[in-house]
This record gives sequence, C-alpha cells and structure tokens, in this order.
Amino acid sequence: MEHKKICINDEELIVGERGPEPKATPTYPEVCCHSLKDLDILNSREKISFIVSDETKQLTKDIIIPFWKGRSIRDKIFEKLDSEWIEAYEAGVFTEFMEQRAPGHTVGDKKIFTKGFLDLKKEIKESIENLDFYNDPDAFNKREELKAMDICADALIIFAKLHSEKAKDLARDEENVKRKHELEKIAEICEYVPAHAPRTIWEALQHYWFIHLGVITEYNTWDSFNPGHLDQHLYPFYKKDRENGTITYEDAKELLEAFWVKFNNQPAPPKVGVTAEESNTYTDFCNINLGGLKEDGTNAVNELSYMILDVIEEMRIVQPSSNVQISKKTPNEFLKRALQIVKTGFGQPSIFNIDAIIQELTRQGKSIIDARTGGASGCVEAGAFGKEAYILTGYFNLVKILEITLNNGIDPITGKEIGLKTGDPTKFQIFKEVFEAFSKQVNYFIDIKIKGNNIIEQLWAQTLPAPFMSLLINDCILKGKDYNNGGARYNTSYIQGVGLGSITDSLVSIKYNVFDKKRINMQQMLRILKDNFKNSETLRQLFITDTPKYGNDDDYADETMQQIFELYYKAIDGRPNTKGGHHRVNLLPTTVHIYFGSVIGATPDGRKAYTPLSEGISPVQGADTHGPTAVIKSAAKIDHLRTGGTLLNQKFTPKLLADDIGIEKLAHLIRAYFKMDGHHVQFNVVSAETLREAQKNPEKYRNLIVRVAGYSDYYVNLGVDLQNEIIERTEHGAY
Amino acid sequence: MKETGIIFNIKKFAIHDGSGIRTTIFLKGCPLSCWWCHNPEGLRLEPQKITIENNNKKEKPAFWETQEIIGREMSVNEIMEEIEKDIIFYEESNGGVTFSGGEPLMQLEFLYSLLHECKKQHIHTALDTSGYSSLEDLKKINNFVDLYLYDLKIMEDQNHIKYTGVSNKQIIKNLKYLSQNGKQTLIRIPIIPEITDTAINITQLGEFISSLNNVKRVNLLPYHRIGKNKYDKLKMEYKMKDIQSPTNEKMEEIKNYFENFGFQVKIGG
Repeated sequence: MEHKKICINDEELIVGERGPEPKATPTYPEVCCHSLKDLDILNSREKISFIVSDETKQLTKDIIIPFWKGRSIRDKIFEKLDSEWIEAYEAGVFTEFMEQRAPGHTVGDKKIFTKGFLDLKKEIKESIENLDFYNDPDAFNKREELKAMDICADALIIFAKLHSEKAKDLARDEENVKRKHELEKIAEICEYVPAHAPRTIWEALQHYWFIHLGVITEYNTWDSFNPGHLDQHLYPFYKKDRENGTITYEDAKELLEAFWVKFNNQPAPPKVGVTAEESNTYTDFCNINLGGLKEDGTNAVNELSYMILDVIEEMRIVQPSSNVQISKKTPNEFLKRALQIVKTGFGQPSIFNIDAIIQELTRQGKSIIDARTGGASGCVEAGAFGKEAYILTGYFNLVKILEITLNNGIDPITGKEIGLKTGDPTKFQIFKEVFEAFSKQVNYFIDIKIKGNNIIEQLWAQTLPAPFMSLLINDCILKGKDYNNGGARYNTSYIQGVGLGSITDSLVSIKYNVFDKKRINMQQMLRILKDNFKNSETLRQLFITDTPKYGNDDDYADETMQQIFELYYKAIDGRPNTKGGHHRVNLLPTTVHIYFGSVIGATPDGRKAYTPLSEGISPVQGADTHGPTAVIKSAAKIDHLRTGGTLLNQKFTPKLLADDIGIEKLAHLIRAYFKMDGHHVQFNVVSAETLREAQKNPEKYRNLIVRVAGYSDYYVNLGVDLQNEIIERTEHGAY
Repeated sequence: MKETGIIFNIKKFAIHDGSGIRTTIFLKGCPLSCWWCHNPEGLRLEPQKITIENNNKKEKPAFWETQEIIGREMSVNEIMEEIEKDIIFYEESNGGVTFSGGEPLMQLEFLYSLLHECKKQHIHTALDTSGYSSLEDLKKINNFVDLYLYDLKIMEDQNHIKYTGVSNKQIIKNLKYLSQNGKQTLIRIPIIPEITDTAINITQLGEFISSLNNVKRVNLLPYHRIGKNKYDKLKMEYKMKDIQSPTNEKMEEIKNYFENFGFQVKIGG
C-alpha cells in the first residue's frame, strides 16, 4: 500500500481509488495470469474492453508471465481437476466462479462502522494471547493468520495516511477557499479513519471507502463487497451531525452522491473466456440494501432510506446497485417511493422480501438476529452480513443436461460421451422414464461439480488466503482462521440453477406432445430437434403456442417445474463443503443464459439451436401469455424458502406505470408475491420500441440503462444476443 | 356447476375495470350496436369464425392462416377456477371480478350463476353494463353485484337510437332504480367526437347524473381507434370512418365541466 500512487480527484469529497486513476483496474496474476493474447483480446474486443498499454504488455511479458505462469490458482485448478470435470466444463454443463476471480460474496455489517482498525488490531492481539500452544495443534497456523491480518490492518491505516498527506499538499497549493477548506477536512478525516471508528457521517463514508478499497485491492472478489444496510448504519451518525448542527440535509445528500461516484469509478476487473461470457459486464455487483428490519425485528425505514432513494434517482448510474428490503412491516409509502424510481426505467432498485430472506437464512441454521441483520447482495443472494462467506461456485445448465439425456449420455454438439448411459429415449414408454433418466444425469453432474468445488475450495484455502477480508467478517479474528478457510461464522457454497423456464417447458413439451397427446413419437421428436425444426415449423408452432408453459399459473406445467426444483434441491442441499458449511441452491443467471443457450441445440419447447435460455426463474421469453399475476403465481410455486435466492424479471410498458394507480397496483402485485414467499422481483420499464431504436442508433442511447439479471447495465454495452433477449421478454401492459 | 355460457376473453391483472387488481370476464353478445364499439367481437352471442390474414407467409407456417374462433363455451366451474387463481391479488388490492362484454346481462342465467358463486367466496363483483335490460332482470342479479360500471352515452333518445341501435329509456330507468337502492356506481361516458361530446349532450348528462345519489365517480373514456382492425378481421363496416380521438384539451375541458357538478372525475378507466 505504501507504494501505491495516491489519487485525489478534483472536487471530490470522498477520496481513494483502487488504481492510479478512476476506472483503472489491476489484473491479479496470482488468481489468473493473463496471456499476451488475453491482453490483446481485452484491449480490442467490442464490448467490455480494457485499454492495455504497451508498457503493461511489456511488463506482463518480461516479469509477470515468467513468474506466475503455472503458479496462478487458475492454472492449478485446471491441473488438479479430473477429466470428467474438465469435459463437463468445456461442454457448458456448468461454469466455475473461482477460476478467475476470488471468493467474495459477502457484505459488511454494523461492525465496519463501529470499529476502527486499531480496535481490530487489539482484538487480534487478544486472540494471539489466547492461543493455546499446548493443547491446540492448529495454534501456530492461527498465529500466522492473525499476524497476516495485523499487517493488513496496518496497511490500510498507512494507505489512509498517504491520502491525508496528499490532501494536505493539495490544500497548501489550493487557491479556491472553499476547496482548500474541503481538502483540509479530507486530510483531517483520513488521519483519523480507518484507524479509529468514525464519528460523523463524512468520516463514516470515508472509513467505509478505505475498507472497500482494501477488499478490492486484496483480490478481485466476486460480488464486490458493500456496506449492506447503509441507511441503518449511517443513521446514528447523521442524527448526531444534525443534532450538533454540523451538517444539513443537503450536505449529507452531497456526501452520499460523492460516495456513489466512487463505486461507479471501479469497474469489475477484466474477465476472459467462459467467465466473461457468464458475467459480461463492467458492473461489479455492489448491491446496497435499504429498508428491511432492525436487529429487534421492527421496521428499519428511516429518513436516510428515503434520502438514499433520492440519491439513486438523481445519480442514475449503474454502480452501486441498490435494492429495497420489503417486510410486511415496511410502510407502503416506502415501497411506492421505490417504485416511482423503478418507473423511470433503469431497473433500480430491485425489490426483495426480507421476511422470506430471514426464513431462508434461519432454515440454513443461522440465528434470527444474524438473519435479520442480513439481506441480499450480488444479484439476489441471501446472506448473513458480516458473518458469512456465501460463495457462488458456478452456474448449472439444466437444459444442457436434458440434451445429454435425450442423447443417452452423449453431447450431440461435440459427439463426446460425457454423461451416463441412461438408456435410449426412443424406448421409453412413459414420461416418468424420461424424468428418471434426466434425474440420474443431474445427480451425476452435480456430483462432479461438488467434487470439483471441494478441490477448488481447498486450493484457495491452502494457497491464497484473504487476511484483509478476514478482518471484516466475524468470527475470523476470534477463530484465528482465514475467510477462505472457514473463518466466517457461516460458510455456504451455492450452485446456481439456470434455465428453469426452458427446462420446464422442454420437459412439459415431451410429456404433452409425445406421451399425453401423442402428436409425435420420441424418435420424431429427436429428429426434429437434430434438424433444428427444419421443415417442421408447424410442429414448432404447436410446441410454442399449443403446449402448456411455465408462467401461466397452469398446474400441468408448474407441477413439472416443482419436480425439477425438488430434484435439483435434493441433489445439492445440505451436502458438506470443506469449510464446515454446506452446499445450497439458488436460481439466478447474470448473463450466462446466453452462453448456456449457445452450447445447446434445439429444444422441445420450440427453442431453436444456440439461442438464449430463459433467465432466472422467469418464464421463457414470450411464453407467459396470461399476464403478471399468472407469472407471479407460477413463480410462487417454487419453494423459495429452501433456496438462497431466486431472480424474477418482469417487464412492464411505461404506460402501465404512467399514473399513481399503476404504481399502487404494482405495489399490490409485489405484496401478493411476497405473501406467497417470493424472494425477489425486479422490473424493466422500457418499451420494446425504445430498445429496438437503441440497437439501431446506439450513439443516441448511450445513457439507456436496463435491468439484465440481478444488476443494471448500459444497454449499448450488452452483446447483441443479450439485447435481443431483453427485447423478447414478455412485456406486460395495462388493461 | 355444469351450466355454460359463451365467453370471448378472460383478462387477468385488469386494473382499469373497478377497484384493485381484477379479473375481467368478457361475456359474448350485446343488444346494442354502438358505432364506436371497440369490442365488436363481443356483439354476436354465438362463437364466430374469422380468418386471420397472413401477410408474412415466409415466417409463419401454413396452419397459421387457418381460422380463429372467437368465443367459446365455458362452464361456470371452469370460469370460477380461473377467477379463484387470483384471489390473493384481489385480497391484497381490494380487487375482485368484473363481468364485462358484450353486455353481460344478455346471458342472464349464466351471469347469475357466476355472480352467485363469487359471492359464496366473498369475492368482490363488478358489472360493466350498458344498463340495457328489463328491470326484473337487473333486480335478479342486483344483490350479488357490489359495484356497477354503468355506461351512459347519449341523453337525447333519438340520437341514442341512431348511434347505439336502441332507446335509452330503460337504461335511464334502471340507473334510477340503482340510485334509489344506493348501489355503488361508477358512470362511464365514452367521449366520442361529434357524437357524445356535444355541449348539449354533456350538459344533459351532467344534469342527469347530479340527480342520482349513488355515483362514486365519473369516468370519461376517450374514443380510440384500437378497435378498427378488429372490424376488418370480422369483415364488418367501421362506421367511425376517419373520426379521430378527442384531444387532451377537449378531455380536460369536459372533465372540468363535470367536476363543477361536484363529481369525482377521471379520464380513462
């Protein structure tokens, strides 16, 4: 940290950048050692590119590659994993989160605003003093880990002091009196935090910001760390500042807006290969929680909750992302205020059911207090903030597995036999046999994935600890254990199911068209799929328009969806990971439904080869023809409380929300979904016409932001497949 | 219940047909033939076949060109099953079911059974009606209706006959009956340029409505041409020719006029 170039930008009130300037991002060769070709691709690709200077390329060539090649965790992962894993990975059966980015997926709690790093150093000291070298065989490892944490605490304090000095220098030369005063104040604040716990709202924001930089400098963690319940954490500082008369409402708002800019200055570090496909965005998934409940279970909405909504509306930027946590105790006015921002059409804030989240977390064994102080982060992931490592390990392609099942273990795209021989499907007499074969294949690939997870987790634990992150998450200091090695109070590994709509509609189509209605036999079905519906357009239309579909509150389809959920859940939930925790399921896609679709031929739901799958738990694009209440009823048939998060996208025409009545009815829709234990819902309020127009004239729509999966992004930055997919999502209007 | 009727649409998440989130059931058949009707497929009582034009033969398969049947016979049970699916939304939003058409009173026995079933489950019911029925018929279902969405179009009877095909005498009589019985009613007035928006008609409407004591609100529904291509599909004459939607200014002017009577007025449903 001592050697970092310190950057204080003009006019800014919250200071500190990860790199030498805004938007600059390092690579992390210990995690993923980019080849020169990778750097060329990053530099030249059309979407989500990064400028790579000649100097950087030279440095990479002369110093970084010679040392790190073969030593990075990415290289080790691919070296240590079995051939079954590699083959399934290459076929697109699943992805792997930790092959290019570090385990992150955690969020800060109250502690980060109530303790200074000198306090943490004191805790470390105590923890070392309490080590029992006579009876604890792990005592030495613990001491080393705690010493590493201590060094990290010093590093952040030093980093802040450098900012203080730089601010002092700038203040000395500053002629503008107001700015001079601001710089002097910044110097004073950076001298005090993060060494000490903050005393004012300005100090609190700066304190957090240094912590944030610490986390994203240590590693390129997934789902960038964030302050969690920001409105609740800041409220005591704001209240005190207002009482003391040291700050006005406007001052606080300006500080928050300055804080927002800092997040937006930090793009997700460069990703390549499959990881770039599954998460193709600059967004780094900081997701700030508003509202929700206090520790004691009462409503937590306060003045700052509304102020921050104003900030979100005024800033209208993609980072940080934001969400509101709605409980049955949350005032309706708060929900409606959030929906007024949703209505402006940039996909923020997303809407969560905190009552469901609390039940999800307690079902997994968390205490009620740890659950209440938790929330949602990343896209839609439920977590116990400040106490849990809830690691997403990879997406799981349920539809690909059906394709493999229908080809008796062979991947028809490559001709390789990568699955089990579950039988020739043309010999199946009843639908149950199809489903049983599919179940066996799902379990087989889940086994491969979990085995891989248990290897990868240990590679991280043994070679790349995260002592800085460990300072922030309880109970790493107390246990003397690293965040990457089970130091957190709770350790959860998720496998994210993808394409629930597509897999349901595909299996339902087989059940309905082959076995119930006997429109065609299995042999014909397989041939049609192989030919990608060539010369079978009439049948394809029957599969699309006259076959039951998930998303219409039709039990024929929805019961199959429930069966698939049970199968997926039973294959994963409760299986141990290597950190004393368990595997769990959630259902979300980021952008992987595009990639997963691109590795699958035609499917029985009428989907053509290589086109996108459905996203999250949303119905197949265009399949939901009975309006939003039917979608919500279908989606509510998933047992959300046994997941760690589900993602439901809804698209509404701007006309629907044109007046207050529309907003009110949307609020009712959400409340009804949450009564049925729905986990999350988010909205795109932008017309398909606008999106088509933006495709044609991107230069005119550079500021158009849309909801993708659990995050918003600039529409023009999306790949054309994803742009089309969003256009095709069903648009619900006003009747 | 096995009893059946003819339905031409079931719309969920209907948010402009009464309070809250509603399911609207469209019963086929109407004794009126208003020039501006935007649901001409609801006019005839029996299901009807129409041919869908296919202008894009390359993309759509051959069967796409076959006929579509508008309206289908459904039993009370089948319809109740659809209605019951959204009970949680009605409860959350103070919504319910709206029976619309066509003119739902045309299928009186069927409507009666549906309303009766809804009330057994305490589902809020609204009836979207032209008011054109005998008083006995109206009385028969009245106890099961919580809210009327009652159309008023033209006060002068000769014009009413000209533009809707029927006299308004019974319509006015029925509305007075509902007023005497204190039935909650929203008056819906289609604003059709040169037909219903004349100064004299608006004045007469205002005076009549102010004589009633059950009107919760007046909804002014601006004419729109959305229905036009339905007439083409049904091979029916569209009598509205080139008449355009009323301007926003005109709508506001009429709204102000009605507000002066002390009504709550809303443009749109």
